Amino acid sequence: MTESGSTQTTVQEIIAALKDKPGALLPILHGVQDALGYIPEGSVPDIATALSLSRAEVHGVISFYHYFRDTPPGKQTIHLCRAESCQAMGGRQLEEHVKAKLGIDFHETTADGKFSLEPVYCLGNCACSPAMQIGKEIYGRVTADSFDATIANTEASA
Amino acid sequence: MSITVYVPCDSSAISLGAGRVAKAIGQEAAKRGIEINLVRNGSRGMYWLEPLVEVATAKGRVAYGPVQPGDVSGLFDAGFTDGGAHALGLGLTEEIDYFKKQQRLTFARIGKTDPASLTDYIENDGYSGLKNALAMSQEQIVQAVTDSGLRGRGGAAFPTGIKWKTVLNTASLQKYIICNADEGDSGTFSDRMVMEGDPFVLIEGMTIAGLAVDATQGYIYLRVEYPHALEVLNAAIASAYKEGYLGDNIQGSGLTFNLEVRLGAGAYVCGEETSLMESLEGKRGLVRFKPPLPAISGLFGQPTVVNNVISLASVPVILDKGGDYYRDFGMGRSRGTLPVQLAGNIKRPGLVELGFGLTLRELLYDFGGGSASGRPIKAVQVGGPLGAYLPESQFDTPLDYEAFAANWTVLGHGGIVVFDDTVNMAKMARYSMEFCKIESCGKCTPCRIGSTRGVEVMDDIINGRNLDKNIPLLRDLCDTLLNGSLCALGGMTPYPVLSALNHFPEDFGVNA
Repeated sequence: MTESGSTQTTVQEIIAALKDKPGALLPILHGVQDALGYIPEGSVPDIATALSLSRAEVHGVISFYHYFRDTPPGKQTIHLCRAESCQAMGGRQLEEHVKAKLGIDFHETTADGKFSLEPVYCLGNCACSPAMQIGKEIYGRVTADSFDATIANTEASA
Repeated sequence: MSITVYVPCDSSAISLGAGRVAKAIGQEAAKRGIEINLVRNGSRGMYWLEPLVEVATAKGRVAYGPVQPGDVSGLFDAGFTDGGAHALGLGLTEEIDYFKKQQRLTFARIGKTDPASLTDYIENDGYSGLKNALAMSQEQIVQAVTDSGLRGRGGAAFPTGIKWKTVLNTASLQKYIICNADEGDSGTFSDRMVMEGDPFVLIEGMTIAGLAVDATQGYIYLRVEYPHALEVLNAAIASAYKEGYLGDNIQGSGLTFNLEVRLGAGAYVCGEETSLMESLEGKRGLVRFKPPLPAISGLFGQPTVVNNVISLASVPVILDKGGDYYRDFGMGRSRGTLPVQLAGNIKRPGLVELGFGLTLRELLYDFGGGSASGRPIKAVQVGGPLGAYLPESQFDTPLDYEAFAANWTVLGHGGIVVFDDTVNMAKMARYSMEFCKIESCGKCTPCRIGSTRGVEVMDDIINGRNLDKNIPLLRDLCDTLLNGSLCALGGMTPYPVLSALNHFPEDFGVNA
């Protein structure tokens, strides 16, 4: 099967499993992003048809929510907290370090495809600021050094 | 007697290495041939001591912390499994001053029990509230909640009992209970601690709410940033169904309540209740006009109770011990307890649950121990990103909704973020506008356009351009946001901005 064919099958399976839930669109979009890492533009017509929505409505929802993305992410996505509590503990300086270390800005992916960097506004880890999340792992009291070490570990285990 | 060791599974504790510590303890015990029962509890909320390891002894639970994997072998050498002395030893957990001085009602079990165990929950007073509720009429349940004086802990402080009564009295074939678990405010984590550390208390609270108002379907709208909470909640919901605490015949009563977790997708504005319902319906999270109130026409146009996690998690203790018991804590019209969260630049960050009435100063210094950096505290932001900044001169404000409102400040969800004297308040004001710009749903003009203009004006002010013109312009813009916005996002962004300007004019280049 071609890659786009298998993607479409995955999307169809997710739609079939979830479309009868009340308010099914967000669960379906989460399902697709969990499976594929992003929501391919090509999946929008199928989702729209299944839910009797217009493509514009589905696109509108995808683009409204910061978490949903329509391009493939890097191997790992780093969510770095920018909110007040983290700022109170040096978050702004950490942000500069992270961007310089990875050579990218927020919403970008490194050229080697290893890391995407996304801002997040609170991880609920405010008692251990500054905080970040890589995949589902959460890190607290992050420093420039501990960030570098975590990245090196993540790369080694990837 | 078997040895029970506790290592938290709370995600903040994990962020400091609790998972690795648990693994190291398991391995070291196996290596030494010591049989231990390793329980992953919630956090006690003393985050400067996390990962906090506890051992059950005849005298009570003994604590060690903060423990790193490298400390584990030494702890075994010191006989920590019998409560032996060690440099990281903290004595009996519940005798630690920070913990001992609290009044834990909503957080009574958190840190003590195994959040994954329904048995543990029931053995520690769990489901006593539901048991009482099942023997009461709907009006009696609503009356108990009204009598307790409980007000919405999400921040708006609306009386919970009145909301429930409206839904109860609105006839409909289908009603809903929504738990707002979109805890997006920086400096807050009490909802997360409940969901990760005692998920059944939330499930019980929602079930009681459902019985009280005739709602058979509940949704927990959880933010996607809380993956650990999602796992814990889903596992707990599955256990509750299995044991007849959810479903079509709750504990043989013939009554129905179904519950499902739905994930948000990183939009702060979806913490606003009407935007949240749009999102649950599968739409963009655009704020709705009110009226109609959600209690009359909410999710899918049906009568809906929307309550915060802490509000719902406070219901079981109210139904267990009575509205009067809960109401006897607190001051003025702020009844019961508030789980305060100390965050940011503070020496002893964590969760402090106490009856309303303590002053900010007592929290910051007696509990919090002053700033983490050791420098003077310059400002604290209370109530999240839409809350005002308070200078030292306001630190004697008691924690009470009305006392805060009288200061033009906001108690909100009880999050306190501390800044030392290195902070530049003009930059924080700019950030508030930037945050509003990023998170605005776009429906109303003051918020959508005002926040963008606000960032521009703040850039001019920070660069010292035309202050004579730009400071009044900033105030004018804030006036428009305050009075013209559809919801609290635009309507309250002026709180941090104007409080920063009014209390710290020197940071804006203005003479005080």
